[in-house]
Amino acid sequence: MLGMTKKLLLALDHIEGISKLDVYRQHGGYAVLQKALKATPESLVEEVKKSGLRGRGGAGFPTGMKWSFLAKPEGVPRYLVCNADESEPGTFKDRYLMERIPHLLIEGMIISSFALGANTSYIYVRGEYYYIIKILEKAIEEAYAAGLLGKNILGSGYDLNLYVQPGGGAYICGEETALLESLEGKRGNPRIKPPFPAVAGLWGCPTVVNNVETIAAVVPIIQMGGDEYAKIGIGKSTGTKLISASGHINKPGVYEIELGLPVEEFIYSEQYCGGIRNGKKMKAVVAGGSSVPILPTELILKTAAGEPRLMSYESLGDGGFATGTMLGSGGFIVYDEDTSIVKNLFTFARFYHHESCGQCSPCREGTGWMEKILHKFIDGHATLADIDLLWDVQSKIEGKTICPLGEAAAWPVAAAIRHFRHEFEAYVNNPAAIKQVKHYYRLNKLEVVNS
Amino acid sequence: MVQFSTEAKAIAEKIIRRYPEGKQKSALLPLLHLAQAEFDGWLSVETMDYVAELLSIKPIEVYEVASFYTMFNLQPVGRYLIEICQTSSCWACGAEDIIEYLEGKLQIKVGQTTPDGMFTLKTVECLGSCGTAPMFQIGDKFHENLTLEKVDGILETCKTENKRSRYC
Ligand SMILES: Cc1cc2nc3c(=O)[nH]c(=O)nc-3n(C[C@H](O)[C@H](O)[C@H](O)COP(=O)(O)O)c2cc1C
Ligand code: SF4
Ligand code: FES
Repeated sequence: MLGMTKKLLLALDHIEGISKLDVYRQHGGYAVLQKALKATPESLVEEVKKSGLRGRGGAGFPTGMKWSFLAKPEGVPRYLVCNADESEPGTFKDRYLMERIPHLLIEGMIISSFALGANTSYIYVRGEYYYIIKILEKAIEEAYAAGLLGKNILGSGYDLNLYVQPGGGAYICGEETALLESLEGKRGNPRIKPPFPAVAGLWGCPTVVNNVETIAAVVPIIQMGGDEYAKIGIGKSTGTKLISASGHINKPGVYEIELGLPVEEFIYSEQYCGGIRNGKKMKAVVAGGSSVPILPTELILKTAAGEPRLMSYESLGDGGFATGTMLGSGGFIVYDEDTSIVKNLFTFARFYHHESCGQCSPCREGTGWMEKILHKFIDGHATLADIDLLWDVQSKIEGKTICPLGEAAAWPVAAAIRHFRHEFEAYVNNPAAIKQVKHYYRLNKLEVVNS
Repeated sequence: MVQFSTEAKAIAEKIIRRYPEGKQKSALLPLLHLAQAEFDGWLSVETMDYVAELLSIKPIEVYEVASFYTMFNLQPVGRYLIEICQTSSCWACGAEDIIEYLEGKLQIKVGQTTPDGMFTLKTVECLGSCGTAPMFQIGDKFHENLTLEKVDGILETCKTENKRSRYC
């Protein structure tokens, strides 16, 4: 129902000075930590399991289950690493949360570290967010000074050190094993799994990697109890989700929604996106970050069976890739009727080619090839055979690579051809029309002139 | 020989203490950011060798990392490095117009530096600012919801302040 969404993560985001410890505490901050430190770590893991919380980084893996997989060999340290690499195009919710309410993440980190038995934890933040790193470091300093971090936290006997680690500008470091490599001071090359981080992660020790929003959600879960949390949302999509809304909408921004909200309401209601800007019609939506299949208007609003599409893992996935998509990271990009699907796809292809780490040939070569073929389209010299070639190249990546970046690059291409083949054909058949569309193609190399 | 200032040295030592005994290589990325900020916004071979020495690792371990991550510049850049996002949401909201305008105004192409060494223009991929597109970053500062007028104002402010942009 409109206006009824219960805010669990962003309830305090508009309070002035909420990034400061004293204000956060005045509004109940760190009370949940106090409660958690009196419980046993096992019971906290149990609450997270009962909550049904699924990883908010994109894959949607049940968090409680991930936590219970953590190996606990005697005398070996365990680590919790927060994934704040946030580089999936269309996604900016973690940045918002960290900027506005850094202490919510820190409180979540302390509770989660306690539950997992970690005494040292890291928050890995993409380097481009350096100003966020400064906000976090300041908040962490405040927490140390107040006895919320360091030795014997709040007299509980539990010790935790928390550090922020900057990345260096590489989307692939959002992949959890690449992130761990990067945190060890190496290139961000994903590792072959198994072993999984739960067994051999940071410096070979058992490690849990969780997204910012996942860790923040642990705070309300421990506050209200897992069973209560599981009542929010719909089916196996429990709780609330932060959605980053961008593109041709009237009110772009970060919204906390209860999972199960109808997509149509999210796009058109004044409480959320406020409809399409400039009175235009909607053409397509990328619902969960650049990696998920793009859907045309009719399929994003309704499933193939004619049911209203809901913002949930299951409903967005309804119909598989033939007619559905994924909730992913919640990066919701809306395109109006004037948008060129082919050119938009080209920006994605360029992105994945730039970000491939290069370890696997299907990904390294495939992403470059897809970018080149798409460039032929926007340059006006593609042929109809290039559509089939593009389809062929994308189909040869999935399942043949070390990490999922390869298929993340392939899916958007497949979906664009599946739902918008006529546009590719128009690019071939009507090169004159293309000349009117502005486009740029650039290399990312720095070149120094006269200096 | 390159050398950190006393202040930067103290920061570096503090960073190295974040990791367990023997895992000081983990300090590599933070130290490269620090070094880049200390030494004119880019990493020379000499600078990278210095970082290797600080961490007791081989120079090649530094080169391979510095060349992997896009934030590390292996060639000199202007005092202000303008990094403009060109990915989907920004593209859809007019990033190309901003790029074209910047190129005209600065009389350089993407990837180049103005002859006075003031500005370098670089295109980058999504900076997590899609809801406030189009945008660019100069050092750690995000400039969002850009318009051509806004761009004019930002460039003017840069020229007046004339302070090298940095992330950390
Ligand atoms: C190429 C690639 C990029 C990713 N980027 C991110 C990211 O930026 N942030 C994130 O939390 N997870 C990202 N992930 C997912 C992580 O590998 C991992 O599943 C996640 O951090 C687990 O946390 P969660 O269970 O809390 O979602 C990425 C995965 C891949 C394959
Ligand atoms: S799929 Fe691509 S990004 Fe992932 S490991 Fe292979 S080459 Fe690297
Ligand atoms: S697409 Fe430009 S900041 Fe995300």
